[in-house]
Amino acid sequence: MSYFELLKLAAPEAIVVVTALAVLTIGLTTTRALMLGPIVAVLGVAIAIGAVVMLPAQANLFGGMLVISPLNSLFKIICLLLAIATVPLVSSEKSLPNPGEFIAMLLLGSVGLMLLVGSEELLMIFIGLELLGLSLYVLAAFDKTDIRSAEAGLKYFLFGSTASAFTLFGISLIYGMSGTTALAAIGQKLTTLPLQPLLAVGIVMTLIGFAFKIAAAPFHLWAPDAYQGAPIPSAAFIASGSKVASFVVLGKIVLIGFGPVHGSADWHAMIAGWSPVLAALAALSILLGNFVALAQKNVRRLLAYSAVAHGGYTLLGIVAGGREGFSAALFYTSIYAVTLIGAFAVVGVVRRETGGDDLQNFSGLAVRSPFLAGSMSIFLLSLAGLPPLAGFFGKFYLFSVAFHAGGHHGLLWLVAVALFGSFVSLYYYLIVLKVIFVDQPSTSTSQQLNFSTFALLRTTIALLAAAVLFLGIMPQTLAARIIASLP
Amino acid sequence: MNYHLALDGISLTLVLVTGLVAISAVLFSWDVADRANEFFFWLLLVVGGSYGVFLSADLFLLFLFYELVIVPKYFLIAIFGSTNKEYGAMKLTLYSFFGGALVFLGIIAVYVSGGSLDLNQLAQFQFAPQLQAWAFPVLFLGFAVLAGIWPLHTWAPTGHVAAPTAGSMLLAGIVMKLGAYAALRVAMNLFPQGFQMWRTWIAVFAVIGIVYAAAVALRQRDLKFVIGYSSVSHMGFVLLGFATANVFGVSGAVLQMFSHGVIGALLFAVAGRMIYRRTHTRELDALAGMNLGRALPFAAFTFVVASAASMGIPGFSGFWAEITILIGAWKSYPVAVWITGVGMVLVAAFTLRALKRAFFDVDLANVGTPPPEMEPITIPEKLGAGLLMFATLAVGIYPKLLLDRIQPAVEAMRFLK
Repeated sequence: MSYFELLKLAAPEAIVVVTALAVLTIGLTTTRALMLGPIVAVLGVAIAIGAVVMLPAQANLFGGMLVISPLNSLFKIICLLLAIATVPLVSSEKSLPNPGEFIAMLLLGSVGLMLLVGSEELLMIFIGLELLGLSLYVLAAFDKTDIRSAEAGLKYFLFGSTASAFTLFGISLIYGMSGTTALAAIGQKLTTLPLQPLLAVGIVMTLIGFAFKIAAAPFHLWAPDAYQGAPIPSAAFIASGSKVASFVVLGKIVLIGFGPVHGSADWHAMIAGWSPVLAALAALSILLGNFVALAQKNVRRLLAYSAVAHGGYTLLGIVAGGREGFSAALFYTSIYAVTLIGAFAVVGVVRRETGGDDLQNFSGLAVRSPFLAGSMSIFLLSLAGLPPLAGFFGKFYLFSVAFHAGGHHGLLWLVAVALFGSFVSLYYYLIVLKVIFVDQPSTSTSQQLNFSTFALLRTTIALLAAAVLFLGIMPQTLAARIIASLP
Repeated sequence: MNYHLALDGISLTLVLVTGLVAISAVLFSWDVADRANEFFFWLLLVVGGSYGVFLSADLFLLFLFYELVIVPKYFLIAIFGSTNKEYGAMKLTLYSFFGGALVFLGIIAVYVSGGSLDLNQLAQFQFAPQLQAWAFPVLFLGFAVLAGIWPLHTWAPTGHVAAPTAGSMLLAGIVMKLGAYAALRVAMNLFPQGFQMWRTWIAVFAVIGIVYAAAVALRQRDLKFVIGYSSVSHMGFVLLGFATANVFGVSGAVLQMFSHGVIGALLFAVAGRMIYRRTHTRELDALAGMNLGRALPFAAFTFVVASAASMGIPGFSGFWAEITILIGAWKSYPVAVWITGVGMVLVAAFTLRALKRAFFDVDLANVGTPPPEMEPITIPEKLGAGLLMFATLAVGIYPKLLLDRIQPAVEAMRFLK
């Protein structure tokens, strides 16, 4: 193994790091970082995507530390695309002090995403998690003039570091039991081991760390404050890229590493393992997220609680397990990420125009800007799961595999909870749309902004809305790719 | 999902009523001035989605169009409605979405067990009886919420009252039919055994709906509430027709969908547009003093025709529809026919009461005084009303026009065999 070989396989990550450094330099040397930074970042990430495409189909370095597979490459591309979509949101923040630094942190976070997605070894996964986490803590607290941003950063940091500690402890227990940190080897080892208490503790502790990352209840407490307080692009990134990568890794860990101790979450036939744990997290997240979202008056907080619920839906696919289940979960989390960045982009523009992101700031948006109102309704209705938007097919795949899984439709209870939850969710999405379309605009709090400053942001919103529509009409384009990439 | 459309006698009848009601709804919306573009945008979405439901031969496509109707309906009511509009709109939408969630579960069950979403293929597939036993009620109830099945009918009166005139016309004329049509096409046709297990319950709920809604309508003070409850009562006939599980009953139910679509739209057009826009009240007590029969003779004439059709007087479409349903029901549930007879008397009672109070009540105090000056009925209103009156009369005089097309399609359905 020569270093040249390593560099070739890690080229996408290297390119993103170089781009991050370049953007940092631009931020330090010029005053026009807000203009130049996003352009350089988007170009660099685009080149990195090209590099991912050029990678060989299969490769495995250092016992799983860096794995190239169709699945990993596909999700590296998806994560990078999400990063590209997030960058233009920077222009929605009025008082972001150093846009260059901000974008550089965003790119370093993306490197964390790529490491996370591209590794099948517990230690490397942990490093990826930490790299991602550290970037996100900084991003959340980036707006030094805003006390809420500081609160968001601090909360996210405290919860996140505790969760990391749990994960590390869990990983060390699993290493102690199985004698290896590579997922495939752990999977083989566990087939011969009975589910002893120590192993159960190790598994549960590892899962807690991920439950924090995907904001599954009861480990979601950071999410509302982080979503509400952090600068818009940070919140969008936390909700999209970070979540997608976490689901990819969570799926790999439980399905490859912990596969033999799957257990069963079937009604009346539960068997100890990780799947009842995840099923309980899913049910709790769906119920709690949806019901608490009903009472929210701030759109970002509402999106945060709905994110908790969506994390719960996605877990359904992983609980169902198997190739179909995993691919349904990955499809759902990908389209969810696309939709949520779009929603945050609209919130960003509204916040810039009206100075806030409470529900009342959205009143009469349909009159002020039909474009924003139309896009927001596409995003929200997709989150609500109405056809023909992407969210509907995501839910359909998820609920179908969960319904199909197990013997005698054992997961029907979870499907019923999820359906009930999505019924409840329709109410609060509809309330936002009601405020947008029905309520009268509040008295001239809005200032019309220079159109050109938002050109990039508007284009992004339009593209994301088009993507949500397209994936709703032709879901196979992405779903078939995901399932084909799974072994 | 395949974009697969198909048409048989049942769909044809419903496509016809959708077209009639949609055209007259536009004619009755001639005066919409505020945010008119948006109004017609939502209105056309509802109409387009309804056509889609009636024509879909793919279960996914059907569900897509079915859900596509709900959100525009919300905005149509919440933005352009009257009386308590946001409450009415939200109630209606949540009921619809509740039904949608049940339907979604049913579709997942169909897809996972049947392995296809094409309705023609699925109609050949034998589903396991255990599955049918629980999937049929889930699917049927999910659709029947939109058809106003008792006791999940309460969205209908409030929704109808809150909606703008064209909105009520579409709701009563088309949207309630979506639920009934899909219940027939999907739930009953795919799960014949489940249907046989549960059809007595459907009949019970249907009969309760007919009598209960008619009794409630008798006590309403708002003219639109009277018509709203009469819609629930009439849709009860459709469900009773389904429950009979014979050709007469089901064909009658489809004819009743057509008939009520036309009549319901006509009644709402008179109440919401012809009367309310000129008098600014729909309270029967207030209308009673206005001598509307003299002031608006055309409105009175239209309402008389619509009431007669609604009561099932021979010569109008309602008569043939209800008589066919009752013949069918006599074969399956004789008791239901007796109870429904009581319901029909109540329907006649509340219809006549509303008719008299709204148009022909004369206060002794102002006998002989000239009727109040009112803006005359406009040409679009006359055209819209004329179109609907013609439809109910044409089918009333020559019912074979539709029945000859409905019956073969019904005979082809699986649950009859």
